[in-house]
Amino acid sequence: MITRMTHMNIYVLDQDSALDFYTNKLGLKVIIDVPMNKDARWLTVGAPDQPGFEINLTPVHESILHSKETADALRNLVKEGTFGVGIFTCTDIMATYEELTAKGVEFIKPPTKEFYGTEALFKDDSGNWFSLAQLSPVKP
Amino acid sequence: MNYPKLYFYRRIVQAKLFIDAHFAETIELYDIADEAYYSKFHFARKFKEVYLQTPHQYLVSVRIEQARKLLATGSSVAAACTAVGFEELSSFSRLFKRRTGINPSAYIVQQQNLQKQIAEAPLSMVPHCFAYQYGWVEKAQFQTNES
Repeated sequence: MITRMTHMNIYVLDQDSALDFYTNKLGLKVIIDVPMNKDARWLTVGAPDQPGFEINLTPVHESILHSKETADALRNLVKEGTFGVGIFTCTDIMATYEELTAKGVEFIKPPTKEFYGTEALFKDDSGNWFSLAQLSPVKP
Repeated sequence: MNYPKLYFYRRIVQAKLFIDAHFAETIELYDIADEAYYSKFHFARKFKEVYLQTPHQYLVSVRIEQARKLLATGSSVAAACTAVGFEELSSFSRLFKRRTGINPSAYIVQQQNLQKQIAEAPLSMVPHCFAYQYGWVEKAQFQTNES
């Protein structure tokens, strides 16, 4: 029986830039940062109020799993905004929207009321897009 | 987009960003309220409505988080205390422990041990499936046919 999800990958174009974006702009915390070689490090971040869930900021390089052609294609897909990666929730979406906008985060949809709450869409520095949501309380 | 509270949010967020930028300085509630164009008490109430903590509690949380980073990268307890804006070591240590569950000296030791482990055995920090994906290990554990 599956009980929890602990790690997920986000493909990023540049780990240093992604680190700045996810920590200094989104406000996530570095969970672990392990230098491995000149091309990459094991770098995970997480939401301050959600211990036990790590987002792995994965650079797209040629590797055992990705040929050079695949890595190039993947980088282009990321850059073009092909991937909707996930949903970040917050307690006050207008305040969070204002803060992230002030920090230069690119929103592709402003806060909009939906049947499940209020939602905005933004892009990370690589091109991945996320939902930012303030969810309505679940009715019993 | 037209939200009736948009201006309110901008002022509160500006005040929060002011704390983020000036946490190491001596900040009075008056300073932050001025930043938001509010009276002191009205501002504190509005800030808490948005961030679920008072401006002072938020300031302390920012200082402790910054201290945590400094301690993890070689700062002494006294240096971190001063650098993030605390005047008294005793209150810094007390607040640090209250928020992190560990006192600053013990946190330094914990981080030194972590860095030692990272330096000596970096792969021990990485789930095998990811290490394989990166090419940091030669064989996936699910491959059983030995060559």
